[in-house]
Amino acid sequence: MELKDIIKPENLVYKRTECLTDKVLSYCPGCGHGTAHRLVMETIEELGIQSETIGVASVGCSVLSYDFMDVDMTGAAHGRATAVATGIKRCNPEKYVFTYQGDGDLAAIGTAETIHACNRGENITIIFINNGIYGMTGGQMAPTTLLGMKSSTTPYGRESALMGNPIKITELVAQLPGTYFVTRQSVHTPANVRKAKKAIMKAFDNQKLKKGLSFVEIVSNCNSGWKMTPVTANKWMEDNMFPFYPLGDIKVDGELVKK
Amino acid sequence: MAKMRGAVVVDVERCKGCELCIVNCPQNVLANIAAQVNSKGYPYVYMKNPGDCTGCTNCAVVCPDGVLTVYRVKE
Repeated sequence: MELKDIIKPENLVYKRTECLTDKVLSYCPGCGHGTAHRLVMETIEELGIQSETIGVASVGCSVLSYDFMDVDMTGAAHGRATAVATGIKRCNPEKYVFTYQGDGDLAAIGTAETIHACNRGENITIIFINNGIYGMTGGQMAPTTLLGMKSSTTPYGRESALMGNPIKITELVAQLPGTYFVTRQSVHTPANVRKAKKAIMKAFDNQKLKKGLSFVEIVSNCNSGWKMTPVTANKWMEDNMFPFYPLGDIKVDGELVKK
Repeated sequence: MAKMRGAVVVDVERCKGCELCIVNCPQNVLANIAAQVNSKGYPYVYMKNPGDCTGCTNCAVVCPDGVLTVYRVKE
């Protein structure tokens, strides 16, 4: 059988979702942001809620996500995406509202907004991309940077005595009564991508059922910031990030998952 | 047992040559060549062994830039 016999519209099994715009993504080659964008938009396409969804873009590499996601979007001041999303959801309770934030935004400057939105149990979805670094500004240390991890501001590795310890914000918000679904996923292999998509689907479903806040952390690579190729960055992430940030559900249906 | 045959269509101009699809392809179908680049200078991916593709969609699922479209047929 020739390739031209296979490439026919009736044999199509996978194509890029139409809820993404035609713009070429501004991210570095191999960056997990692109996959995370696609999963969020595939979920919105499958649920058929493109016209009822409002997204809030954060500051960081994902600041341009409103250019790529073909839904109504707004940009929030640095760290304030959950506060903006709270306002949007309270004024438009029938809309689906999500924030798309990185670790420098959500876990550093936006810690107060994040924790209080989670504590209030706002009926929104938070997509949190954790790559352990400030990627956009040149790979500086973030609160989520691992101990011993090198960044442009910690050239000899992060030490706890001088720079404090990395923060597990996802475990932290899982302790709050307002959160309903808290999970940590990754998008570096096909199996993990499929699991992450299920988690995002559940997060949007919870919003429909008015259950409370859903928080999906996606541990991602930052191969430019880590100074690695995409393939070695993913391997490094498996070896170093996952022992500290273990994948899996942390809180399901309002109950902490016992480990 | 019916054999699955697949085909991958690459959006050459979007591809950034990150090689994540190459390492995640269970059949080693995909490859890129450093000398073959798109207009932005990225070495784009192509089907090196088209006969081995089963249309499993793993490459397209893991592609950050949504470059790949997958077709599958039962032979």
